Amino acid sequence: MSHSFDDISTQLRRRHRRSSRLKWISMGALGIAGLFLVLFFADMLAKGLPAFQQAQIQVEVDYNEDAQRMGRAALDPEVSRLVSRTFERLIPVRMRDNPELLGTTETRWVLADSEVDQYLKGHRHKLSESQQATVEALVQQDRVELKFNTTFFTSGDSKMPEAAGILSAAVGTVMTLLVTLAIAFPIGVMTAVYLEEFAPDNRLTQIIEININNLAAIPSILFGLLGLAIFINFFGVPRSTPLVGGMTLALMTLPVIIIATRTALRSVPDTIRHAAFGVGCSRWQVVRDHVLPLAMPGIMTGSIIGLAQAMGETAPLIIIGMVAFIPDAGSSFTQAATVLPAQIFTWAGEPEQAFVEKTAGGILVLLAILIFLNATAVVLRKKFERRW
Amino acid sequence: MNRILKNRAFKTTAIAAAVIGVATVAHARDQIRIVGSSTVYPFASYVTEEFGAVTEYPTPVIESTGSGGGLRLFCNGVGEGTPDITNSSRRIKLSELERCLENGVTDVTEVKIGSDGIVFAQSSTNEAIELTLEQLFLAVAAKVPVDGELVDNPYTNWSEIDASLPDREISIYGPPTTSGTRDAFEELAMEVPSKEMEAYGGDGYTDVRSDGVYIDAGENDNLIVQRLSEDTDAFGIFGYSFLEENSGALVGTAIGGVEPEPEAISAGDYPIARSLWFYVKNQHADAVPPLYDYVDMFVSETMIGEGGYLRDLGLIPLPEAEREQTREKVANRAQLEVDDLK
Repeated sequence: MSHSFDDISTQLRRRHRRSSRLKWISMGALGIAGLFLVLFFADMLAKGLPAFQQAQIQVEVDYNEDAQRMGRAALDPEVSRLVSRTFERLIPVRMRDNPELLGTTETRWVLADSEVDQYLKGHRHKLSESQQATVEALVQQDRVELKFNTTFFTSGDSKMPEAAGILSAAVGTVMTLLVTLAIAFPIGVMTAVYLEEFAPDNRLTQIIEININNLAAIPSILFGLLGLAIFINFFGVPRSTPLVGGMTLALMTLPVIIIATRTALRSVPDTIRHAAFGVGCSRWQVVRDHVLPLAMPGIMTGSIIGLAQAMGETAPLIIIGMVAFIPDAGSSFTQAATVLPAQIFTWAGEPEQAFVEKTAGGILVLLAILIFLNATAVVLRKKFERRW
Repeated sequence: MNRILKNRAFKTTAIAAAVIGVATVAHARDQIRIVGSSTVYPFASYVTEEFGAVTEYPTPVIESTGSGGGLRLFCNGVGEGTPDITNSSRRIKLSELERCLENGVTDVTEVKIGSDGIVFAQSSTNEAIELTLEQLFLAVAAKVPVDGELVDNPYTNWSEIDASLPDREISIYGPPTTSGTRDAFEELAMEVPSKEMEAYGGDGYTDVRSDGVYIDAGENDNLIVQRLSEDTDAFGIFGYSFLEENSGALVGTAIGGVEPEPEAISAGDYPIARSLWFYVKNQHADAVPPLYDYVDMFVSETMIGEGGYLRDLGLIPLPEAEREQTREKVANRAQLEVDDLK
């Protein structure tokens, strides 16, 4: 015996120390990651939550003759500067459409200017001393209030922060993803079915397989260039539209769906295929009636995750022109549109202080949707996935 | 089983039909398409929003592609797929106009809408300084003359450039090369002073130093503004509207004794100022009916005038005579000629 008992026990202690050190280091790494996450969420919530409230002001609208040309004339000069221009510029239009309004007055709650809003929220603002005093007086009379910001969800982008909302971007996102889904899902699933169930295992299919895996790792901006070169310049699909956006994102989502579908198909045990063949099913019947239904939860999960990824994508959309100023929600696939992450990107570049909270608010909405999508994927997997 | 099969087949056909269906829709355009400068973008998008709200036409689509990118798209040709208007933070170049003409874009009206100043600003918590254009150049150039020879920029402290300047480290956040602001800065704050300096032999010099003193801060001017409030020793280079919007937190540096103020920028006294433009494709005027309604709204006094709405966003109005000139050009749909640029 060359090793004494003491030698062995020191060695053992050293090994134990080493493993406990490793444990602490990895726990530290987790802690740092968690800390980043908490900081990020806390910052976003602190900045973004005020976006869900907006200052409103109660004004007397006097539909007089001057107001037919200049909307501001309908308002008391003391408060007119505190009212959002989105309201005031529509007064002449409304009077043109409803001539009977002339000579009447009404009292109503309207959007306040974003400076009033920022002042009430205690942020940096540009109100003069006298304007601040007016606002304070109005607050005393309950004629200025922070209310829930429905505008944020019911209107599109605006240059005036108080009227800016996410509706047009949300509609654009939905339409773009519909196109993506309509293209990527059938093509992706069918490709995977062919590769997994029908294709012979030879050099060619191996090359295809490797390329699909590589495609999934390509930086998304390249898909934007591809979309620009092929869809827009070659096929003449209109620029900035959900159609071309969806087609481009479909290219990006395809490999994700193919890989997920193949994994799901592979996890269906061969005994099921054998049994089906045994009772005389053709290969197509085996796939359609047995393998595909069993693999469906896995396919759905993969597709949802692929779509969630596509939804958060901005880089390829910059190139095909979807980062644009779109105040109206689109109604067709060939109308210019923008998407949520692109909207956030646009707001982040605006000079007005009030857009800071809009940006954070948009991020919160996008995060909420993505968390919802991913949670759906998890639930689907947990609920329907079968293990053999 | 047959029923399922039919159902599936139907669904597939329906999806395919839907995709093909939307791909072939083509219609006459009521919606104006605008591309171009990110500097003009905030002003133009304000006008488009107003236009969409108060007329029966849809809101024009406006994309921020940068001045050069916008003119390239604009000059690609005439027809449905090409933009009707491009915004630009500099005048169209002769080569660009020639490319336009080659591609059949022959009838273009040039519209000058106002001015924009590029400011050299810092946090207002620090003492304001005053620079000459030459001192500013010496702080940002890659190579500077020392004893008559060009050497790598040795200045790391303002007091090394001139003893009258404070003993502060030079640190400048500025736009990256892709930005129109950077183009204008290089032209106005670097080319112009370097032409006067013997060491460069009369040629303009526009290389920005890359030894870490000048920091590319990305296209987002907000980011520069944010950094300045944390790094109070540093300076930032950005458009005037961002200075105005953050007037409490930031203070502009007087260049050559002129403060960056609207009057000085508009009159051309402030040295780093440029004009803003847009170009209209008149050949689209019939196919896109709202085109000139939009242009008229843009050049109206309520937008670009002294008390206009764009003034609040930081656009610096032209002198009155020039505004009149602009409106006259628009009314006549004056055609831009190659000779105008020579």
